[in-house]
Amino acid sequence: MTARYDFAFAIGGAAGQGIATPGNILARIFVRRGLHLNAYNAYQSIIRGGHILLTVRVGEEPVLTHGDKIDLLVCLNQDTMTRHARHLAAGGHVIFNSDDVKPAEVAAGVEICGLPVKELTNDNRNKLVQNTVALGAMLNLMGAEFGVLEEALAQQFKNKGKEVIDENVGMARAGYEYAKAHFKPFHQALPKGKKPLAVWTGNEALAMGGAAAGVKFYCAYPMSPSTGVLHWMAKNARELGIMVRQIEDEVGVANVAIGAAHTGARSMCATSGGGFALMTEALGAASMMEVPVVFINVQRAGPSTGVPTKTEQGDLWQALGASQGDFERIIVAPKDALDAFKTLAELFNLVDHYQCPGILLSDLLISEGTFSVDPDEVDMHPKIDRGALILEGGGGGEYLRYLDTESGISPRAVPGVPGHVHVIATDEHDEEGILVSDEFTNPHKRRQMVEKRARKLNDFLKKVAAPKIEGPADADVTLVGWGSTAGVLKESVALLAERGVKANHLSVKWIKPLHADDIARALSKAKKVLVVENNHSGQFYRYLRSETGLSVAGHIRKYDGEPLQPHHMVNGVLDHLGAKKDVADGVYVPYQEVLV
Amino acid sequence: MATTTMVELKPKDFKGKVDPDWCPGCGDFGLLNAVQKALAELGKKPHDVVCVSGIGCSSNFPGYLNAYGMHTLHGRALAVATGVKLANHDLTVLVTGGDGDGYGIGGNHFTHTARRNVDLTYLVMNNQIYGLTTGQVSPSSDIGMKTKSTPFGNIERPVHPTAAAIINGATFAARGFSGHGKHLVEIIKQAIEHKGFSHVDVFSPCVTFNHDNTYDFFRERVKQLEETGHDPSDWKSAVEKALMWGETIYTGVFYRNDEVPALHELEPILDEGGPVAHREPGLTKEQAQRVLKRMM
Repeated sequence: MTARYDFAFAIGGAAGQGIATPGNILARIFVRRGLHLNAYNAYQSIIRGGHILLTVRVGEEPVLTHGDKIDLLVCLNQDTMTRHARHLAAGGHVIFNSDDVKPAEVAAGVEICGLPVKELTNDNRNKLVQNTVALGAMLNLMGAEFGVLEEALAQQFKNKGKEVIDENVGMARAGYEYAKAHFKPFHQALPKGKKPLAVWTGNEALAMGGAAAGVKFYCAYPMSPSTGVLHWMAKNARELGIMVRQIEDEVGVANVAIGAAHTGARSMCATSGGGFALMTEALGAASMMEVPVVFINVQRAGPSTGVPTKTEQGDLWQALGASQGDFERIIVAPKDALDAFKTLAELFNLVDHYQCPGILLSDLLISEGTFSVDPDEVDMHPKIDRGALILEGGGGGEYLRYLDTESGISPRAVPGVPGHVHVIATDEHDEEGILVSDEFTNPHKRRQMVEKRARKLNDFLKKVAAPKIEGPADADVTLVGWGSTAGVLKESVALLAERGVKANHLSVKWIKPLHADDIARALSKAKKVLVVENNHSGQFYRYLRSETGLSVAGHIRKYDGEPLQPHHMVNGVLDHLGAKKDVADGVYVPYQEVLV
Repeated sequence: MATTTMVELKPKDFKGKVDPDWCPGCGDFGLLNAVQKALAELGKKPHDVVCVSGIGCSSNFPGYLNAYGMHTLHGRALAVATGVKLANHDLTVLVTGGDGDGYGIGGNHFTHTARRNVDLTYLVMNNQIYGLTTGQVSPSSDIGMKTKSTPFGNIERPVHPTAAAIINGATFAARGFSGHGKHLVEIIKQAIEHKGFSHVDVFSPCVTFNHDNTYDFFRERVKQLEETGHDPSDWKSAVEKALMWGETIYTGVFYRNDEVPALHELEPILDEGGPVAHREPGLTKEQAQRVLKRMM
């Protein structure tokens, strides 16, 4: 019985060496072949220079993380060879341009595959040709037919003309043939999947999710790692009829989005932690005025400017606490790219229904990762429910925008609708919208409005699914996480089982309102609970504790900017269950071996 | 959609649910009356008008006007109003606020809304003081002015709102004075009818906290440009006159340019299909298929 196909290659070099293109070409080849992939790009906040390592892991089933190993390392510069060649295990291959790069010491059983690029390209001076030659060699070592690469190169360079395509195909073939003649391929050839798949990044999934959910207005200020949402929206705006605008700062972004949302368009904006900080005041304003808007925060390593190209789950408390006073907000942290896509449809229906702002917490790991997806699972026509929205005039009587109803939700008319003229305000106001904050304050009306707004979300927890423990009910250890750690939690549960440790996991997605009772109930049956998150202070644990009173056995926290890999989790759990050699104050912090 | 006005509305039809809480004699009354007159004379309907404000005495304006209103955040009215206009470009959008709200905290949005030429009318009640917070210096206060935050005299020079508007791309820049109601009505009508960003700086004396720039101060100095033969297409002359702040302070239309398309006129998705807010949300089957195909 052949082992499950689990293969990962990594391409490394400096920014500007063209790492993304071969990565994209291979990703397309894989999904067209029906294979799943999960890619993590470790890069730096620099346009030229520095070090980038793109890791792409391929499999026949959905790939949950970028894994623990590199089977094929492509070194576009010496730095990559120096940093990473030693991490490969027996059976692995290292490809490099032997004209420029010298091989480093590798473990026994690792094949060194130097490519004489000058010779193979007739001394082509273009600095990118080594990438094309390497691509050919990679395909050969992976056991794929050259034809798929020829097809992919034709598509990649289709706008550059036949000559460019032929030149690239020629160089790729030279690499392919050279590898065939000189190196041993991997013992498992690249399999074929069942049906063609699609590929996207998390940011594209967010943008598409918004578009499918009926977003008609998108505005943003460029900020890593959220800018991909703006790029997709801007590129597709005209075709899809979405208004897209880049605004002068994030304060402006949030307020422009509010204006568009109040006027009746589903509106969304995405930023990162620092930009979200600037949107703080507007968040409370939206809630006070009862205007539905979706704010996306793609978290990155903070605080302050932090590490712009690294991931973290550090903004939970910012999302919970942003803006002054008590007010209604919905916070959700999707688990992966497809979940992010689906969540937007659900979130927009919720914010429209409850007439309050919604915050979607993504992070760099999801947003800038590249993932395969089954197109049949991408529902581009989700149900769109605008809630109690009045788009047409008519109906007699006086219209009260902030009518105090049993549910707390007041039918919402938009500007332009006859017979429903009203003023909305960030000041406290009565049912008519008249201020009770200046000339005449009124404690009874004030109390009434506070309670009306707060009442709106009373039935929220019934409307969204509570998190469920996944895995054996009688597990010895329960891993609890939120947002993007869902993938590594699921994968490590399977790996732990192979090591004889029975584990299960609870991945929480709906953050506020929180299914506190369901979570407390589920965890009360757990033998040993470990909370897993990508931040230093244990933000989710503290939130869980404040909402449920639960204390837990221990924690696994990684906050060096790099994501948790499955072996980090396995080692952490085993240590917690065993000698606790690296557990300090209940916290195990995995060590990052791959230096990027 | 525009329909024939069957019933002519009067200024009182634009009176809001409550009376202003401004101090008796406040300059803002002058602008409120002028706006109500202007809207009636232009044949506007209350439900087709959106008045957006920030925070401050003058930002209470929307509550006093019978029209859709948004009383939002200090300095952010222009941003909110931009979103309103882009979501439904059929609406008549007014932005009302003060000099602190508009030229201080709101300064950045002022610059960008002007250069974008968003089709809205920005009416600033400029009283050269922060009134609601009881009398601090404002970005338009004269140098030397004594206020609660500058008890020994302001050591900073003021902004030049009208000149700044023109330099930043406003396609209609004017000034008014609360004490010259008829003139103000005419300016506001022109500003609203102008398709593009219209800025009207209105001298609106604060009778409680600004004892320097009073009604008398302005009556002695204000001269209407219409009486001088000024050519509003001449931006250099407009800027020159806008910078004058001595024995003569000009009001009237400084600059107008009707050749520059408004932002929404440059947005291709608005070429057909009506306002974005009225369109069917979601994607068609063809659009969805094209998007998915590009991912494969």
